[in-house]
Amino acid sequence: MYDVLIIGAGITGTMLAYELSQYQLRIALIEKENDIADGATMANSAIVHTGYDPKDETMKAKMNVEGARRYEKLCRDLGCKYKTVGAFIAACGEEEEAQLDILAGRADRRDIPYRWLSGDEARAEEKNLSDNVTKVLDFYTTAVIYPWEVACACAETAVNNGAKLYLNSPCTGIEKTDGGYIVHTPEQDLLAKTVVNAAGVYADQIAKMVNEDPGFAITPRRGEYYVLDQDADFVNHIIFPVPSEAKGKGVLAVPTVYGNTLIGPNSDYVDDKDDNGTSFDGLAYVRANISKTMKNVPLNRSIRTFSGLRPTSSDPDFIIREDDEAEGFFHIASIESPGLASAPGIAAYVAEELIAKRIPLIKDPEAVMTREAPVVLSELSEEERSELIRKNPLYGRIICRCEQVSEGEIVDCIHRTCGAATVKGVKKRVRPGMGRCQGGFCEPLVLGILSRELGIPMTEVVLDSLKSRILESENRS
Amino acid sequence: MRNYQAVIIGGGSAGLSAAVTLKKNGIEDIVVIEKDMEPGGILEQCIHNGFGLQTFKEQLSGPAYAERYVRMARELNVDIKLNTMVTKLTADRHISYVNPSEGAVTVSADAVILAVGCYERARGAINITGTRPAGVYTAGQAQRYLNIEGYLVGKKVFILGSGDIGLIMARRMTLEGAEVLGVAEIMPYSNGLPRNIKQCLEDFGIPLYLSHTVTKTYGRDRLEGIDIAQVGPDRNPIEGTTQHFDVDTLLLSVGLIPENHLADEAGIRMDPVTRGPVVDDYYMTSADGIFACGNGLHVHDLVDFVSLQAERAALGAVKYLQREGKARGNTIKVRPGEGVSYTVPACVHPEDPSGNVEFFFRVRKPMDEAVLEIRSGDKVLRTLKKRKLMPSEMERALITEKEIAALREEVTIAVREVQA
Repeated sequence: MYDVLIIGAGITGTMLAYELSQYQLRIALIEKENDIADGATMANSAIVHTGYDPKDETMKAKMNVEGARRYEKLCRDLGCKYKTVGAFIAACGEEEEAQLDILAGRADRRDIPYRWLSGDEARAEEKNLSDNVTKVLDFYTTAVIYPWEVACACAETAVNNGAKLYLNSPCTGIEKTDGGYIVHTPEQDLLAKTVVNAAGVYADQIAKMVNEDPGFAITPRRGEYYVLDQDADFVNHIIFPVPSEAKGKGVLAVPTVYGNTLIGPNSDYVDDKDDNGTSFDGLAYVRANISKTMKNVPLNRSIRTFSGLRPTSSDPDFIIREDDEAEGFFHIASIESPGLASAPGIAAYVAEELIAKRIPLIKDPEAVMTREAPVVLSELSEEERSELIRKNPLYGRIICRCEQVSEGEIVDCIHRTCGAATVKGVKKRVRPGMGRCQGGFCEPLVLGILSRELGIPMTEVVLDSLKSRILESENRS
Repeated sequence: MRNYQAVIIGGGSAGLSAAVTLKKNGIEDIVVIEKDMEPGGILEQCIHNGFGLQTFKEQLSGPAYAERYVRMARELNVDIKLNTMVTKLTADRHISYVNPSEGAVTVSADAVILAVGCYERARGAINITGTRPAGVYTAGQAQRYLNIEGYLVGKKVFILGSGDIGLIMARRMTLEGAEVLGVAEIMPYSNGLPRNIKQCLEDFGIPLYLSHTVTKTYGRDRLEGIDIAQVGPDRNPIEGTTQHFDVDTLLLSVGLIPENHLADEAGIRMDPVTRGPVVDDYYMTSADGIFACGNGLHVHDLVDFVSLQAERAALGAVKYLQREGKARGNTIKVRPGEGVSYTVPACVHPEDPSGNVEFFFRVRKPMDEAVLEIRSGDKVLRTLKKRKLMPSEMERALITEKEIAALREEVTIAVREVQA
């Protein structure tokens, strides 16, 4: 029997598994998809907001501030990228400037540092900032991360500490038993004393398995983005319009950890919890609205568009609590923005304030809460590269020319704990296919490496889900 | 640090041709750096016929054409570093590369020839909405899977873009037993060579939908279908013209882009139209001693011209090395005029011409009857009648050494459509 079973291996679920893995607990993490971080964690703005935006006295504010406070050390411990870039909240005209004062007031009450810039001062630092911008509030400690990298690192560390990860294991039903729950999946039934529902857009369906009226419903809210080429040289800071009640944080320009730019998102409610396709109108909205804060937007340097689904609920705040009727069953639901930034705060809160009331948390002296960072060849000096290649010549064969990823890095990410078993899994972890050719050159090579390392035929290597086969058959000739 | 007389980046058709030319002209201390396990570049996966009519006066397959240059290079003892990726180039001609046997190394060169090739525009660069399942490939990617790796990517196929690789893959996949339901082209005319339209589509009864584009993809795991729609003159889809196709495969043949990353990082000036470096009549870029040729300079439709241009770039490098410096005197710009999208080279040296200069250019739209006019200021250097011009077919025009020496004002190359 597991002490804690977590449903959903997104950033929230993996972060909680990591947090709990420091204790003497038997932990299971179940995920319906074929890899970690396949839902909202894979498709968002990738920002560690400092916590100025949520209203006072909300869980969002509390978790965001706590999460942001923990992130830098966490990324250092886990060998993940964490890049402080700063966030410009750009006001156009007096009315919007007044909104900035409200944000600054919240920041003061939460000890979040910021500085004021005039429009011209801001344009001196950001050449593509719109001429209409009159005043900027710069939250200069705001950072960007690779969300899926953090989720993979959390899962890897938790599993190394003894947690069990079950992929392709959608929860099909839950039964209450003496002292716990039986969680049904297609392959097996899992027993657990406590269960945490971190199922993202499906959190309401999971909740209904233990409580007919859980008190919330999730309506996915889609956000669509453009990804611009690294050489587009567009922004250095994250650029936000002034947030509004109706439209949330608005359309942003985000410099990513590896130098691409994200432009987006829009915000559209959708009915289908799986509908993460892009839309003509959604992308048109992004194109039209980025010009509120930015000029010279190089959308012709777009290398990809994508969309993600925010698990938005009827409750404007995060829902983080024990179920009203099901003792030992905890919901982490409605984790829309700033969910990524809040994840470490949520994990600590759920462990210490919720789970601890049902199960004693005793530190495991053998738990290792750090992870050796994967090698990023392109960031090493010539001497370091040569040394590495002498030890393992696979690091001398570059597979992805755009991101300069070597075969050694790919092989390492396949064989790590919770390693990549799919083309997208490799892309998530070490980036071949993230660049301007989008895998045009490297995908066949990555596929070959996966086939060799996993000992499966080429035709069985998948893009992402079990059914997403890339090759149909061997050819006739 | 090891210094070479010349380093050639890329061992495809351009790089090999440049290397052979350097050797034939007495430049001995050279190396070709190739990322792949074999020399030959993209030709290795182009197993269809039709290469070499200009150069060798016979029809060769891609690998056979490459083999001719590989053999010439071997006979001249050209040093080719295989499995080696150049990671950095600087304007002062330091080249950093990585390979399994030497590790990470930086060398310098008196001259560098960029022969880096191009890459295919991917889905993200065009507006296709919908899901992002397996089953969407660039045409060249599917070609590699089929011709190098030996796998067919799907059974029911639609192709977006009537560029040559897309057309060739339509035929190739049909011959391998796949069903190709159609090819959509956003422009009102095809971007492929006319002979490929005939031999790859018409001969197999594959419909070509001109002024159409793919608007949406369906399927969560593997592609299940696509929508196509007719587009208006603004290239936006026209409402009510959507057609659906159940397919498991979508190939994209929507343009090639010179691989300009190294040049860009070295601060070399780029042409926003070709997206390759700007070069002068010696094929030298804005960086002293760095030359460019092949599809990394501008995308060609015939490999024969790649080889030819690479020879000229190599001759430019030879002159540069022999006189230990660049061409003398001012440059005169050569600009695309009416009806022309770009010209390569983009300037000449009247006080120190490289010789007769052949300009490569493309027209902006198809024209049945047209007049080519080359002017320098008010002076008309040349008027020529032209027939059947297509943006997909590269055009050439010569200006003689004597004419170049007499140039005082900017040159424009223009093509005007005339009524027959």
